Amino acid sequence: MSVEAREKRQPWILLSPALAAVTLLLLVPLLFIVVYSFWLRSAVGPDIQGFHPDNWQRALTDPFYRYILLNTLKIAAITTFFCALLGYPAAYFITRSRGNKLILLLLLMLPFWISYIIRTMSWINILGSSGALNTLLISTGITDSPIQMLYNEATVILGLVHFLLPFMVLNIYVSLDGIDTNLEDAATSLGATRWQAFTQVTLPLSLPGLAAGGLLCFVLGAGTYITPLILGGPRDAMFANLVFEAIITQLNWPMGSALSLLLLIVLGAVVAVYNRYLGMSQLTKGLG
Amino acid sequence: MGWSFIRAYTVLVYLFMFLPVAVVVLLSFNQNQFGSFPMTGFSFRWFEALWNNDAVMRAFRTSLILGLLTAAISTTLGVLASLALVRYAVPGKNLITTILIAPILVPEVVLAVALLLFLNWLGIGKSFALLLAGHVIFTLPFVILVVQARLVSIRRDVEEAALSLGASPIQTFFSITLPLLMPAVAAGALFAFTISFDDITGTLFWKPGGVETVPTQIFSMLRNSISPEINALGTVMIVMTVGLPLLGAAIARRLATKRGM
Repeated sequence: MSVEAREKRQPWILLSPALAAVTLLLLVPLLFIVVYSFWLRSAVGPDIQGFHPDNWQRALTDPFYRYILLNTLKIAAITTFFCALLGYPAAYFITRSRGNKLILLLLLMLPFWISYIIRTMSWINILGSSGALNTLLISTGITDSPIQMLYNEATVILGLVHFLLPFMVLNIYVSLDGIDTNLEDAATSLGATRWQAFTQVTLPLSLPGLAAGGLLCFVLGAGTYITPLILGGPRDAMFANLVFEAIITQLNWPMGSALSLLLLIVLGAVVAVYNRYLGMSQLTKGLG
Repeated sequence: MGWSFIRAYTVLVYLFMFLPVAVVVLLSFNQNQFGSFPMTGFSFRWFEALWNNDAVMRAFRTSLILGLLTAAISTTLGVLASLALVRYAVPGKNLITTILIAPILVPEVVLAVALLLFLNWLGIGKSFALLLAGHVIFTLPFVILVVQARLVSIRRDVEEAALSLGASPIQTFFSITLPLLMPAVAAGALFAFTISFDDITGTLFWKPGGVETVPTQIFSMLRNSISPEINALGTVMIVMTVGLPLLGAAIARRLATKRGM
């Protein structure tokens, strides 16, 4: 009896430090900022406690916030699209290549180990006014003075694609690798062209991986504020930059709470939609 | 025809992924006094400048200490939790796993704000302790995922044999389970260290004024001007976060083959 009781207690003893850490350092703080978002910042002294919907009202109705939110979603969507466009053929190649598959996979994992800030700032060496591209353009006489290529929305997207592409390739690869190659051969032997076999057999089977990669790229892209700070101009702020501004620069912590919760809700909704969508696609797969 | 097109496309994608980083490494050895193109010669001058830059060296020390402490705490918590999840029939396992993985499901900015505001309310303002708490909570899910994956593949009967031969559960853990678990522990710790060493999104929220980690140091250097020292610092970081794990893996493989003989 006592042995059984100990056997029952043991996993909880093992789990309790980690569970306590997540509860105290994530779950309770999240609930705390829900409360905090209804407080008000006062010009002097501590924030005013109570139930004031002002921050939420402003977060939801201010046209500037709405513009930035929509722009953030747009940037994340474009980023995801380009990740898929670049990532899918590469993942397909890795899956079907024979000799150098291991090297290609190892190289694919490498960016995960290279610092995000280094990879982001590396584009300044390429596109900056004294960067590789401008040096090339000037030395070939195409232009006399450096062209301003950095610090706009396009370079923010470029930086995000560069940062997130490995996530996309890896997810597509995992799902492509699980597909029996005999299926494509069977389709061609039954008269389908290679392209037909790909679009009607392989591509649909790899959609879960594409969707998972897309979700990761979208959510990670929409939550960033470092890339716009390094590669964007003053007008290329994303939603997380608003959070950073409110918390660090303006010290308006109640407003910062409301804004970060809004970001959490919007991205949470995207995840929920994905869940629903994936459930349906798997249902149709099962029926087919 | 189609296949060679895909091959060329893939080569371009890989170039896109690595060329900018390769340029960072290349420029860090540039002798040119502006550290930009064209390359005028090979030189270690920027690494020397780094070595003599007090702010950078301080940032390095901070990042190292923070990374090591994060790895130690995160790995301990993660290994214990993984053992419970893999080895015992815990009621509500899925829910518990979701809770433990939650720190990577929440956008890092939101996690950073929540932790900063809550701990500040408790009287722990921006400090090294807050940084450490943040890094631990952010790396914990990765450690749990890595360790759990390894733990599943360790056979239970070896442990059961030890227990049936009279070893206590604690003896069994330290002389059977832990040695078998070591690769997973090492992988988890390395992962935690690297993530902590690279983090900037949360760190910028949590760090006290005047304290810099290597990424935030690079960030503040970027705001002033593109000094060539940044490329050298980038190269050092790449060596730290790519070279060291590869070296570790090589040593581990060497040891494993030795023990195998």
